[in-house]
Amino acid sequence: MEISPLEKAAVATPKRFRRSIQRLSDRAVAWIFVGPTILLLLAVNIFPLVWTIRLSFTNYRANRPNADVKFIGLRNYERILTDSDIWQTMQATAHFLCWTIILQVAIGFALAWLINRKFKGSGLWTTIIVLPMMLSPAVVGNFWTFLYQPQIGLFNYLISFLSGVDPSSFTMIGEVNLAPWAIVIVDTWMWTPFVMLICLAGLRSIPDYIYEAAECDRASKWRQFWTITLPMVLPFLMLAVLFRGIENFKMFDLVVLLTGGGPGSTTELTSINLKREAFEKWRTGYASAYAVILFVTIFGLASIYVKALNKVKDR
Amino acid sequence: MRKIGIVVAIVFASLATSSAKSADLTLCWAAWDPANALVELSKDFENESGHNMSFEFVPWPNFADRMLNELNSGGKLCDLMIGDSQWIGGSAEAGHYVKLNDFFDAQGISMDDFIPATVAGYAEWPKGTPNYWALPAFGDVVGWTYRKDWFERPELQSEYKDKYGRDLGVPMTLEELKDIAEFFQGRDIDGKTVYGAAIYTERGSEGITMGVTNALYNYGFEYGNPDSPYELEGFVNSDGAVAGLEYYKALYDCCTPPGSSDWYMSESIDAFRSGLVALQMNFAFIWPGVHADANVGGDRSGYFPNPAGPGGHFAQLGGQGISVVSYSGEQDAALEYIKWFAQPHIQKQWWELGGYSALRAVVEDPGFATSQPYAQTFLDSMAIVKDFWAEPAYASLLLAMQDRVHKFVVAGQGTAREALDGLVEDWIEVFEDEGKL
Repeated sequence: MEISPLEKAAVATPKRFRRSIQRLSDRAVAWIFVGPTILLLLAVNIFPLVWTIRLSFTNYRANRPNADVKFIGLRNYERILTDSDIWQTMQATAHFLCWTIILQVAIGFALAWLINRKFKGSGLWTTIIVLPMMLSPAVVGNFWTFLYQPQIGLFNYLISFLSGVDPSSFTMIGEVNLAPWAIVIVDTWMWTPFVMLICLAGLRSIPDYIYEAAECDRASKWRQFWTITLPMVLPFLMLAVLFRGIENFKMFDLVVLLTGGGPGSTTELTSINLKREAFEKWRTGYASAYAVILFVTIFGLASIYVKALNKVKDR
Repeated sequence: MRKIGIVVAIVFASLATSSAKSADLTLCWAAWDPANALVELSKDFENESGHNMSFEFVPWPNFADRMLNELNSGGKLCDLMIGDSQWIGGSAEAGHYVKLNDFFDAQGISMDDFIPATVAGYAEWPKGTPNYWALPAFGDVVGWTYRKDWFERPELQSEYKDKYGRDLGVPMTLEELKDIAEFFQGRDIDGKTVYGAAIYTERGSEGITMGVTNALYNYGFEYGNPDSPYELEGFVNSDGAVAGLEYYKALYDCCTPPGSSDWYMSESIDAFRSGLVALQMNFAFIWPGVHADANVGGDRSGYFPNPAGPGGHFAQLGGQGISVVSYSGEQDAALEYIKWFAQPHIQKQWWELGGYSALRAVVEDPGFATSQPYAQTFLDSMAIVKDFWAEPAYASLLLAMQDRVHKFVVAGQGTAREALDGLVEDWIEVFEDEGKL
């Protein structure tokens, strides 16, 4: 009879060691397995967080390793919360966040609803629609910078064709009023397919018999949409909003490539501002306090949102 | 006996050769045309010394980020660093660069042999003291390129004279420059709409500051009270400085191509080479490339220094010095490179390959001014240079200026006075944090 590798290992284990293992409780065995992962998590997540919180109360600068580090209490927090420029970046972030989510959810849901009707070639259309989100943000940023060029950009020519306005009379990424919308348009173009896929999963999870029962009850299409489709897709939609919200709160690459935060600081989102403070001005203590404030904000909002999501799911 | 002597001599000679072991040196710089010329030049060094040279070139917009991170983390990637002039204070005080005074003394390298502005700008810290942390490697300055062929068109010359009462030629003042840019703005030339001037407006790194200072200096802006360091009020935001900032905004509003809200060196070059603009503000390093360009090169383009303003005649200094990184494991070989690079015949070759030598023996040679069509403009420009802060906190000072100036010039937020008053506040805060106020 052939001996299994497990049995071989058991035979090869010294007697004393085998006995001590056999005496271990289930809880101890569980800790042995989970321990390395917990240690890794502590090292790469918890320790940096604690260290960041500690630095946020100091005047530490990473580019001056030999300089004295002073404990300055809440001074960094006070400076951040009273700085009008920081509030301006918060406003820019809120504008970007709200409009991208509204547009992506509206267009994503509409596209999913259309694709779900299963017409001829729907598979091909799904692939075409999903393409933008497969591209690298660096490619998308550079690509749209060309599209927005007043002299050669297709976007300006399209607007010119539709409205009769001279294409070189406006610059999407160079004007204060247009630049915030320029970044919203690009993010919406890139990430609407992601929302569409989540909505499509939600729509396809609704059993047909519910619609058949509604048809028997002579419910109109409009009523079916409001009482069946939307409530059943809502948890999926909320999940999409959560993902896009977290992603766009920390948006960096796409916007840096498109506008660099300008003109002025019109499109300087919080993550761009934070990077400038931390790695260009090298105000490490100040930037740590800034990061802590952002972390608490995202964590707080996400927690409230997840509770609401769970309530919707439980309904 | 004689044979034994020869054998012994050969053995010793071979031992001596093998003891001077070859090193692998990495030189870090920005990715641009002069860097390619340096690669070519350095082949001589490899042949002479037996050392191997590698190069790490980073595009300008990321150059400071990438290289300052490298230095701040004590990285060993770079043995030699051609760092920007403004890094000298921070790099000297943080110990990133090796102090070169003893080496220069031992090798007979004298800073008197280099253009004084480049020594002050690229090598000294603290400024005005004989403490050297770099050898001037690449002299550079902001100047202007113009479409000579357009300027020489009789119909445009007569139209310009009728409109402005003077000849269409190289502008002597900033106001004249603006008139010329305005004249060309939106004009149809050979069936194509062209624009006045490509100027620096870039926000992310240092672009708009390197551009606006060419107007500010010439209208009376100063970095502080010359008699009292760090006294900024009334100097940074003087009436002249406000007028200079208003001038730059007016130039941006009236005379630049649409969409030029975030332009720096490469965008300006592209605009000029593609025939989009009549004038181009840019560092002198681009001139060899312009001269050789198939579309705009040769006699079709001309060069002139930054024109004077009502408050003086200055131009923004660019360029860099070459330093030995203190974290390098090959410091001796790196110093050997600097010694080789400082030689007059190598500096002459450097100029011939497209590098702007800062050695006086090269630029004061009688044949230098006529050696290239832009050589005289380079000399004239180097005589009027002024540089940005080179303090250890230069990055904070620079970003504050980028922010304030871009908000006013490009985004049109607030007034010039508010922008400069805000800049004074920002800079005072930086110097307070630094313990200098």
